Amino acid sequence: MVEKIPLLQRVSAINWNKVEDDKDVDVWNRLTNNFWLPEKVPVSNDIQSWATLTPAEQELTMRVFTGLTLLDTIQGTVGAVSLIPDALTQHEEAVYTNIAFMESVHAKSYSSIFSTLCSTREIDDAFRWSEENKNLQRKAQIVMDYYRGDDPLKRKVASTLLESFLFYSGFYLPMYWSSRAKLTNTADLIRLIIRDEAVHGYYIGYKFQKGLALLTEAERAEMKDYTFELLFELYDNEVEYTQDLYDGVGLTEDVKKFLRYNANKALMNLGYEALFPKDECDVNPAILSALSPNADENHDFFSGSGSSYVIGKAVNTEDDDWEF
Amino acid sequence: MSSLVYFSSVSENTHRFVQRLGIPAQRIPVRPADDPLEVDEPYVLIVPTYGGGNEGGAVPRQVVKFLNSVHNRSLIRGVIAAGNTNFGTAYCIAGSIISAKCEVPYLYGFEILGTPQDVTRVRDGLDQFWQSQRQIPA
Repeated sequence: MVEKIPLLQRVSAINWNKVEDDKDVDVWNRLTNNFWLPEKVPVSNDIQSWATLTPAEQELTMRVFTGLTLLDTIQGTVGAVSLIPDALTQHEEAVYTNIAFMESVHAKSYSSIFSTLCSTREIDDAFRWSEENKNLQRKAQIVMDYYRGDDPLKRKVASTLLESFLFYSGFYLPMYWSSRAKLTNTADLIRLIIRDEAVHGYYIGYKFQKGLALLTEAERAEMKDYTFELLFELYDNEVEYTQDLYDGVGLTEDVKKFLRYNANKALMNLGYEALFPKDECDVNPAILSALSPNADENHDFFSGSGSSYVIGKAVNTEDDDWEF
Repeated sequence: MSSLVYFSSVSENTHRFVQRLGIPAQRIPVRPADDPLEVDEPYVLIVPTYGGGNEGGAVPRQVVKFLNSVHNRSLIRGVIAAGNTNFGTAYCIAGSIISAKCEVPYLYGFEILGTPQDVTRVRDGLDQFWQSQRQIPA
């Protein structure tokens, strides 16, 4: 089957001095400010730590990373690119080119970790596993089918669910190692990826909502049903994928909480309410803290006895627009 | 009396959270050309954290402008921040920054639109907070 990639019919010179949606500029600036390359992260400092993992733990880590590599490859070469013809503004098109490139950087960064820590044979084995694992391939297939489909908004739903949900069965593991003081430089690199994915999910989710606002109420209801159906389909597959990977180390239930927590955030990026109740998303505090050291109870004054206030620690800001 | 002031960009994320609270609230204008907001009673500020990365800009510039007014600043009593744990140490950092700058308590942090539990916690928490504030003689 020869499939033609839909391209824009006509292109005008992009004028960044005439912007229709300020969000395009804000996100472009955020993404370019956040730009990084894997070579800047000293992953070689993890060589000793890598040697303390059991062979099974090493194999798990490599499989998780090839799974993530596959998703980043899809998002870089198909997902973000497929959004370009649907863009509402030229600046939105430019943002997608940035997202696509950065996803390719993410994909390459896993290879950079592998070449630092593993042998060629181990690397080849892990990539072979990624080709043969049924649930990983199915996850890729579901998303690819939507990217090829003819509904621009459904493409954005699939893309946001990939950015904000499908990565997290994989992201769990480096956060887990980091919480045990292992592979901490690798975790630093993954945190850069996690930060980028948040901006991508936010932006694509925002553009989805812009498109949604143009639909009739009945169409909006249909789109919501579709979104939740796709989420459930992907969630069921994620659970099986998680079992494939983590049953051997006994972490499956812990990972599933992290999946549901992130599924809720993906839905919120699309403007929908969280689906899974709090007690099914109570992520292991060690994992949450590896992700964000600030995400603790200090940020919930209301849950305390109310006897003492928390005043924020002075934070240095380089913003010069404050006048006090 | 007491009130809520919030900022939300065109993403409307924080706006949605405030709507779900069901508490009357005043919105800091998004566009520089809009009339600036001036408050006339004590308020709690709800603000999204911009960004990630550590290159500044975590507090939306419209909020900085609002707080640069000595009058507005004199009436803030607490701050609630939105964010995303994906931003690591920068999670909800707008709350810490404003709390430190204005010397008011940082009351609560939530992610993106907030979960139903966040909405309930903030609604109940604000109620108690204002009751405790009223017991302090002016």
